[in-house]
Amino acid sequence: MLSSATRNPGAARAPRAALAPPRSFIWTRRIVLTLLTIFALLPVYVMVSSSLKPLQDVTGTFHWIPAHLTISPYIDMWRTVPLARYFVNSVIVCTLAAALSVCIATFAAYAVSRYRFRGRRVFAVVVLSTQMFPGILFLLPLFLIFITIGNTTGITLYQTRTGLVITYLTFSLPFAIWMLAGYFDSIPRDLDEAARVDGCGPLGALFRVVIPAAFPGIVTVAIYAFMTAWSEVLFASVLTNDTTRTLAVGLRDYSTMNDVYWNQIMAASLVVSVPVVVGFLLLQRFLVSGLTAGAVK
Amino acid sequence: MVKANLRSPARPAGDPGGAGEPARGTLRGAIRGPRGARIRRIGLPYLLLAPALIFELLIHLVPMIAGVFISFKALTQLYLANWQHAPWAGLGNYRIAVNFNGAVGQTLLHSFVVTCAFTVLAVSISWLFGTTAAVLAQDKFRGRGVLRAVFLTPYALPVYASVITWAFMFQYNNGLVNHVMHDELGITSRPTFWLLGDNSFFALVVVSVWRNWPFAFLVVMAGLQTIPRELYEASAIDGAGIWQQVRRITMPSLGAINQVLVLVLFLWTFNDFTTPYVLFGNAAPQNADVISIHIYQASFLTWNFGEGSAMSVLLLLFLLLVTVLYLLVTTRRRSSA
Repeated sequence: MLSSATRNPGAARAPRAALAPPRSFIWTRRIVLTLLTIFALLPVYVMVSSSLKPLQDVTGTFHWIPAHLTISPYIDMWRTVPLARYFVNSVIVCTLAAALSVCIATFAAYAVSRYRFRGRRVFAVVVLSTQMFPGILFLLPLFLIFITIGNTTGITLYQTRTGLVITYLTFSLPFAIWMLAGYFDSIPRDLDEAARVDGCGPLGALFRVVIPAAFPGIVTVAIYAFMTAWSEVLFASVLTNDTTRTLAVGLRDYSTMNDVYWNQIMAASLVVSVPVVVGFLLLQRFLVSGLTAGAVK
Repeated sequence: MVKANLRSPARPAGDPGGAGEPARGTLRGAIRGPRGARIRRIGLPYLLLAPALIFELLIHLVPMIAGVFISFKALTQLYLANWQHAPWAGLGNYRIAVNFNGAVGQTLLHSFVVTCAFTVLAVSISWLFGTTAAVLAQDKFRGRGVLRAVFLTPYALPVYASVITWAFMFQYNNGLVNHVMHDELGITSRPTFWLLGDNSFFALVVVSVWRNWPFAFLVVMAGLQTIPRELYEASAIDGAGIWQQVRRITMPSLGAINQVLVLVLFLWTFNDFTTPYVLFGNAAPQNADVISIHIYQASFLTWNFGEGSAMSVLLLLFLLLVTVLYLLVTTRRRSSA
């Protein structure tokens, strides 16, 4: 596995272009990119190989090649900690957060993209600047506000999935609005004007013309929102309890056992990574252009 | 608009319905349209934005204002249930936080220095790795697409899953790092404790760089695509080698991108909570006690929210100050250059 990673096909061969770069450049490129590939993939290799080792092989000295292969960590990991419950919690919270975030962002992005209204720039600046504040600054008061809302109105947000959904949807919201507004801008205005002439209201134009045309963008944003929520740790560590805990915090339970089952931890890490890695790879191109658009413009 | 509608009945071929009914419909819509639209046009954007605004207010703005409010309160365990009624502390919390002779101020200052050193080191290495990789992979070669997907893996994995793997790799007895450094290469005469004591700082830097350099790679790569190819072609005709092109064309063209990239990396790294939290658990070692962990522990282990909030506000002020100064300095330098 590792040898195939070091002998990376990408770094190994360069084409003879019209202007062939000098050998010094090609060798620098080979060496540097190979080292970076090893650095990037090392934890992935450790994760995969250790998840297939029996317990005695991960408690002793580390070995590159597993001496015995077993899939029992993938079976036992569900019993050591209530991983299935955490998994369900994560799926519920992240799906709801992503769905709500996209709905809200679609309306907001339509306003930003199609209307010139007072406070438009202020809105953009305020929404984006919330991204730079340290999370810890919101966490303490939010914790208190959730408790107060629970005490005064009876709506329990603290230690519930609802509270976490609301929190997470705001995390992806600014970026979702920004990205969707960009997508909407790329849809010709003539299309919605045509729909308006045919008797659609502004919302009709949004639902019948803009949303279908921007559907790939909307899916991208939904997956981005899902991934953001799936990886969040700080707020999950404070705003959840045993029954509502998500994977992000639940994985830590393994390390608090008397024996640390590193093979099971690695198996669980791999399993919880699959949904986001698949999503990321599917949408790599869209996400890359979306994530970097702001910096390039 | 009116002219268009006057013309529309005159061209029945353009109207799929053919009959007079739809044509009258568009006419009526056009007459009523502008006035109705104007009324809706004023209110509608705000209505569309309302849900987003409400949630942003609830989760970000109100808590932030409440945070500033709390930082002036003596809010301890005793008042958690009715925190609005905690006694005022004036500037007391701030005075404790910046009193560097007291225990609280001293550890906060230490944590601040550690965070600054960590951030500077992690951001520069991440930037260097990302830029180098992007510049080297600028031209097409076989496997470039695969390589790009590989480089994005650290960025795609959920932070806690990959950082827990790093924690395993840094273990004393059974970790990969000690196996390679001690058993295979013999660099260290005895196994090292990576997650305890002085070395924990370097472990944190390594993991942070591993996490963040792919983002630098992504952004720089996108920036490279905006450089016109003609520049390279023209310089090649003038006899410039590839190294000269990198130095004279590529790097100067990345100025605007780097301005944003370094700022974003700085803010993320400075505020990073997940990496140290997953790597070290609740008890971060002294030398890796970065500010986000420090405030978290100061608040939730002692339940002294007043002091915790005061520290958060100081952190925010510091970040704002750095951001504004950074933007001022870099923008001026770029415009004068």
